[in-house]
Amino acid sequence: MTFDLRDLYQDMILDHGKRPRNARVIEGASIAQPAYNPLCGDRGTLYLAIGADGTTLDDISYVGQGCSISTASASIMTEFLRGKSRQESLAAFGLFHDMVTAKPDEASHRAIPSLGKLAVFSGVAEFPARVKCASLAWHALRTALTVGATASATPVSTE
Amino acid sequence: MTPEIDPNERTQAMTRPLNLEAIRADFPILSSKIHGKPLIYLDSAASAQKPRVVIDAERRVYEEMYSNVHRGVHDLSVRASEAYEAVRGKVARFVNAFSPKEIIFVRGATEAINLVAQSYGRLHVGQEDEVLITSLEHHSNIVPWQMLCEEKGAKLVVAPISDRGEVDMDVFGSLLGPRTRIVAVAHVSNALGTVNGLTRMTALARDKAPGVVILVDGAQAVPHIRVDVRAIGCDFYCFSAHKMYGPSGIGALWGRKSLLDSMPPWQGGGDMILSVTFEKTTYGETPFKFEAGTPNIAGTIAFGAAIDYLEDLGLDAVNAAEHELLKYGTAALKSIPGVRLIGTAERKTSVLSFVLEGIHAHDAGSILDYEGIAVRTGHHCAQPVMDRFQVPATIRASFGIYNTTTEIDALVRGIAKVQEMFA
Repeated sequence: MTFDLRDLYQDMILDHGKRPRNARVIEGASIAQPAYNPLCGDRGTLYLAIGADGTTLDDISYVGQGCSISTASASIMTEFLRGKSRQESLAAFGLFHDMVTAKPDEASHRAIPSLGKLAVFSGVAEFPARVKCASLAWHALRTALTVGATASATPVSTE
Repeated sequence: MTPEIDPNERTQAMTRPLNLEAIRADFPILSSKIHGKPLIYLDSAASAQKPRVVIDAERRVYEEMYSNVHRGVHDLSVRASEAYEAVRGKVARFVNAFSPKEIIFVRGATEAINLVAQSYGRLHVGQEDEVLITSLEHHSNIVPWQMLCEEKGAKLVVAPISDRGEVDMDVFGSLLGPRTRIVAVAHVSNALGTVNGLTRMTALARDKAPGVVILVDGAQAVPHIRVDVRAIGCDFYCFSAHKMYGPSGIGALWGRKSLLDSMPPWQGGGDMILSVTFEKTTYGETPFKFEAGTPNIAGTIAFGAAIDYLEDLGLDAVNAAEHELLKYGTAALKSIPGVRLIGTAERKTSVLSFVLEGIHAHDAGSILDYEGIAVRTGHHCAQPVMDRFQVPATIRASFGIYNTTTEIDALVRGIAKVQEMFA
């Protein structure tokens, strides 16, 4: 199997890794979900402002420290999910998870069209050691939407 | 106690320089390729690679003499038992123990520390008592004591380290007192490479905390430094075989015989008893009372082969060669802008822990891996050390007997590639 480092570190990832978007605290957020990867020490908090309809993510942000993969993943995730419903967001979690954990011969290994620019993370599947970096903010999202949490909650862990 | 092993009998290998080419040829894995590039293995502090003699020793056990130990009267069992017990003697000589009976086989240093915490600790540490560790410990020398202290209402006291990564001896001394029951310190820090001043520590402990028991976690020391438990003056010393070119899943605990004799067994089962009835069980003698169940027989015998291999090279020669690598690597990394070395103690083993300005350790690790360079990235199971230096993670290059300055040059080129990508 041959692959290139550039499959992992695409320009968009490097860019978002250096200048993460929506890296701010949402005051009065509906949910603040801490995230922690005990393997590498990366940690952060996902903020969600859920609209009056009880489902639309009016605003979403992530503040944390981590490698460029986890920082970029959180950044692009927040851009992608703003304005989406809970259900759409959880569906995106499933697709993203399948994409980054796919075996090389699986169809989901290829970028999934409905994931838009999240497709830049399809290369992560070639680097099993980095799947958790790419998934950290997403795990926080899933926990936030399925359990709900406050800032004092136990961090969701990738383990 | 009359020493059964005369210190002068220890193998005194002549200090001849290491033959690097011959050593590298002893390690089959070193000829493998990673992502199409020759493997450059700079992660021996996590686990060292194995020479052919160790691999062969383990295979030969299964092919030529495998049987359970201490049980059968048949020939294979006798041979396996003899080979297994011979390693106890080798380990005893390796650390200059008084007797092979002071050597307990364990799964590794972690299990050894848990054994002492559970067996000795639960008997002797009570409410308001104190266990003193340092802030450069591996999690394995923190968590077992935390568990013990929590159970007993005792206090875990932590001696701080300086910006260079050295234990401040004055503060260490001031933290010792009549309530200190156990001192547990690493011989060498896994994350920083700092070599602790053990003789000073044990002298301070004996002076200020009479009756204290001192455990030394030697996991990071045994591949690099000639260990002499009598000179160190500790009560327990433990280490794992896998860091000294032996198999994983086997290690040793040395303890003073009188202490071990006074300690209750830790796990119950076969091989640790004298007699069992449903009313009462009489435990076996030290060390067998601490070795319940069928042990890692082949691993133990291959552990012996690893000791022979290291002794044959001579630890003084190993130490000298690795010190040169450390000097070369330290100078090389210091010359790169944006590199910050974490851990710059006066006395170090061949470990270079560092961070790259503005670049996360895991990103660097992936790019170095792509160049065939295996380094450890993360908190190295020493999160308090990371907190002390206010970094989430470091990149750690650690050198063993098979590493070369050419490989350090490749690391330097790899770091340049990392910096280029994240510029």
